[in-house]
Amino acid sequence: MAAIGKRRFYRPSGLSIGQCVGLCIIALFVIIPLYATALGGFKTLGELRSSPFDLPQSWNPQNFIGIITESTFFRSLWNSLYVSVATVALTVVLSSMTAFALAHIRFFGQRMLTSFLMVGLLFPAATAVLPLFITLRDLGLLDSHLGIILAQTAFSLSFSILLFHNFFKDLPKELIDAARMDNCGYIQIYWHITLPLSLPIIATVSVFAFVTSWNNFLLPLVMLNTPEKYTWPLGIMQYRGEYGTDWTKILAYLTLTIIPAVAFFLAAQKYIISGLTGGAVKG
Amino acid sequence: MLKRRLLTRRWVALMLFLPLTLGLFTLLVVMPMFEAANFSFYKWNGFGPPTDFVGLRNYDDVLTHRHFFTAVKNSFFVIAVSLLVQLPLALWAALALVANNWGISMIRTLFFLPYMLAEIAAGLMWRFVYDGDYGLVPAVGETLGIDTPFVLGDKFWVMPAIMLVIVWKYFGFHMMIYIAALQSIPREVIEAARLDGVSRWKITRHIRIPMIRSAILISVFFAIIGALQLFDLIIPLSGGGPSNSSNTIVSFLYQFGITRTKFGFGGAVSMILFAVCVIITLAYRHFLLARKWD
Repeated sequence: MAAIGKRRFYRPSGLSIGQCVGLCIIALFVIIPLYATALGGFKTLGELRSSPFDLPQSWNPQNFIGIITESTFFRSLWNSLYVSVATVALTVVLSSMTAFALAHIRFFGQRMLTSFLMVGLLFPAATAVLPLFITLRDLGLLDSHLGIILAQTAFSLSFSILLFHNFFKDLPKELIDAARMDNCGYIQIYWHITLPLSLPIIATVSVFAFVTSWNNFLLPLVMLNTPEKYTWPLGIMQYRGEYGTDWTKILAYLTLTIIPAVAFFLAAQKYIISGLTGGAVKG
Repeated sequence: MLKRRLLTRRWVALMLFLPLTLGLFTLLVVMPMFEAANFSFYKWNGFGPPTDFVGLRNYDDVLTHRHFFTAVKNSFFVIAVSLLVQLPLALWAALALVANNWGISMIRTLFFLPYMLAEIAAGLMWRFVYDGDYGLVPAVGETLGIDTPFVLGDKFWVMPAIMLVIVWKYFGFHMMIYIAALQSIPREVIEAARLDGVSRWKITRHIRIPMIRSAILISVFFAIIGALQLFDLIIPLSGGGPSNSSNTIVSFLYQFGITRTKFGFGGAVSMILFAVCVIITLAYRHFLLARKWD
């Protein structure tokens, strides 16, 4: 018995009782707000107050139907989707091409250019939001999705180029040399050899750019004025402004926006974590 | 002849691959910061070119602004609690959840989930939790017989309440960084120590934690930069109130620089924040490189 007990103690994967209790407390802490939100949309205001942790007395979908049938909800989701997909496409194309040039083509000023492009890692976009606002205004891109797409892409470039560059450097050099021997141009090498081998890193960069853009609040807040152009974080804040303290409606709205986010997260988890750790640890 | 053709090809490829990125990056990342550096010396409301040169007055106004002081204090508070509570909690969870089996990866996914939610959604969710009329906090307080304050409307409680949301949202992110680092420690190292009869606690204290130093360093770095650019969570939770007691540097910038179109003043705030971020990033790199020498 003692021996077994001792062996269990040394097993790295076996959790001690203290760990189990601690993890359970943390799990409750994580779940409770999500749980209360998910149920709150079905409840009445009175129920929210009197029985916050119970299941709703009746599963009344009225709040959800109200939101879905309003055009503003899907419009804001559509705007977000459009902006995010465009940001992802532009980020992947630009940063993979640039990283390819930096990794595989030798040219004068290469190292300087690399350092220059890494300047973006020195400060977050929030720092630059005011001058960015002025620049986009001068370009006539205020209150347009294009302005947000370009700004988001510009600020995701440094990190994406870094991820691509690290990946490209590790690709077998023989492949590229062999292609050069066969009189293959750089553009063909990029398109026919490098890109097909880079699907995992393309996925990682895409997922990162997508999530950042989808969740972005500050930039659209500063840039957009027309409610028809609002992305969903602005849409939900506007809805909250309209319904003030009718929390059942707001919780229903929240649930509807969180469901796609959670689904996406579960599907793309692998890439999120590899980007996080690959970028962070090598950084 | 062949060499010349190769050179032309290289030139064509570079002209296709580089200019767009360079142009966009220069125009929207680098130039705006130079412009901010320039117009932070002017009293400027954004219309027409800045002409009213005021020297360092804007910087003086920012640094002596009562609410800017509060914002900086709040950032320090967030950084301190992150380093003293959030990161140790994340490390503790990472040490418990480093194994790769079905149950443990489920828990990991759950802990990481809040990180993936938009700040706006997380903020609104917790705004409900804290709500004085319909929220969970007063409901729990009532069952326990405690009179809970409306935490987000209380100058004392508002920052601790926001801090709890920050821990809720980000500790899973730091945990994931630690787990990735812990999993990359060679198995033999720990196996050898265990065969030598080193206790589990000592293995953790003297082998596992020292071996993930660079992961800890990067998570400290992220915690600091995150605290400095905190904004999206503040707006749905407290909006910077009550009476500006929960502003952060960016929400201060938004309220006093952008919405009031005091762009010279806002430019000064931006430059200060920019300088702090650059210094911290360079210091972080310095530490990371210094580590490689020992």
